[in-house]
Amino acid sequence: MAKKESSFINMVVTLFVVTLVAAGALGFVNDMTKEAIEAAKLKAKLSAIESVLPEFQEIKGEYKVATKPGQDSLEVYPAYNGNDLVGLAVKTFTNSGFSGYIAIMAGIGADGNFTGFEVLEHAETPGLGSKMDVWFSNIDKPKQNIIGKNPTSTKFLVTKDGGDIDAITASTITSRAFLEALTQAYETYEAGMPTENSMN
Amino acid sequence: MNQIQNFTKGFIKENPVFVLLLGMCPTLGVTSSAINGLGMGLATTFVLVMSNIVVSLVKSQIPDKVRIPSFIVVIATFVTIVQMVMEAYLPSLFKSLGLFIPLIVVNCLVLGRAEAFASKNNLGASIVDGLGMGLGFSFALTLLGAVRELFGSGKLFDVTIYPEDYVSLLFVLPPGAFIVLAYLILVINKVKKA
Repeated sequence: MAKKESSFINMVVTLFVVTLVAAGALGFVNDMTKEAIEAAKLKAKLSAIESVLPEFQEIKGEYKVATKPGQDSLEVYPAYNGNDLVGLAVKTFTNSGFSGYIAIMAGIGADGNFTGFEVLEHAETPGLGSKMDVWFSNIDKPKQNIIGKNPTSTKFLVTKDGGDIDAITASTITSRAFLEALTQAYETYEAGMPTENSMN
Repeated sequence: MNQIQNFTKGFIKENPVFVLLLGMCPTLGVTSSAINGLGMGLATTFVLVMSNIVVSLVKSQIPDKVRIPSFIVVIATFVTIVQMVMEAYLPSLFKSLGLFIPLIVVNCLVLGRAEAFASKNNLGASIVDGLGMGLGFSFALTLLGAVRELFGSGKLFDVTIYPEDYVSLLFVLPPGAFIVLAYLILVINKVKKA
């Protein structure tokens, strides 16, 4: 078959057809995968909530709350066993990581202490800042572990800044950001659950 | 050149990473572990084969002056498909590769093969070329990732080989990518000459 000539009409028609077919194909795949992507995201969120809290039966009355005016609101998921509150899972974040954004799911028990956390998203340096998930949950090292503590009884600052928590070796900035995010999560706990009226 | 040579040239003789030095951005960026390298390589292979197929089928219908934009649209379509399918069915791999998947569009390996091979050869040869190049790329990325993972975190495909106290962090950091790549190119050149 001879090569098509590069005339204006040929070029316009070709590009039109190519983009039309591409758009059609993408629309089709998007329809096919949309539900699966939603399901995968939901599953990831649920498994993060389950891993940061003690066992619970259901999540109900999730809400969003802003701890400071002008700040993006945090998502809070209260977990219950029957009618007893087991704890809150708070999706908190900070923009002051060494590479910017860090998202953390933090679990706060009914007594106000942290029950666990899971780093959902981060771009910290591999091998340094990226160690935050194991570093701050190491129960053998009481000065770096944050589980079972809360910012009222323990100073949630790195020791360099006069706090009670040991920063990750060579990753003070990541450690500061991490503690800032958790402090913010705790503030949503302190602010309490919204009353029935404000929930709507 | 017969089909077997056409297929195997991607591994050593014309390896996209070690010899042609194409697609350096994902090569250096995602290879902090072997599994990331493999995932990236296979995603690129899929895009490469599919775009080679389409380009070789429609090559006579595309006027010369708009061939590059047309190829890019074809490639971008397949990349977006890979991205959506991966996000839906392999969320954990998507999480670690996420940022680099859209960058396959501008991976000059894919456009390079479309332009230099698929637009001049028939369907069969183009598929074989895409497969060979893609698997050669996967092989290179996996090898690079494996070396960096082994020295940088003491693991291989997430299996601990030796304790973390002896690792050299440098290898999972960006400079490690350049250093390991240079040494691998050296080795491949030796092998090629032998």
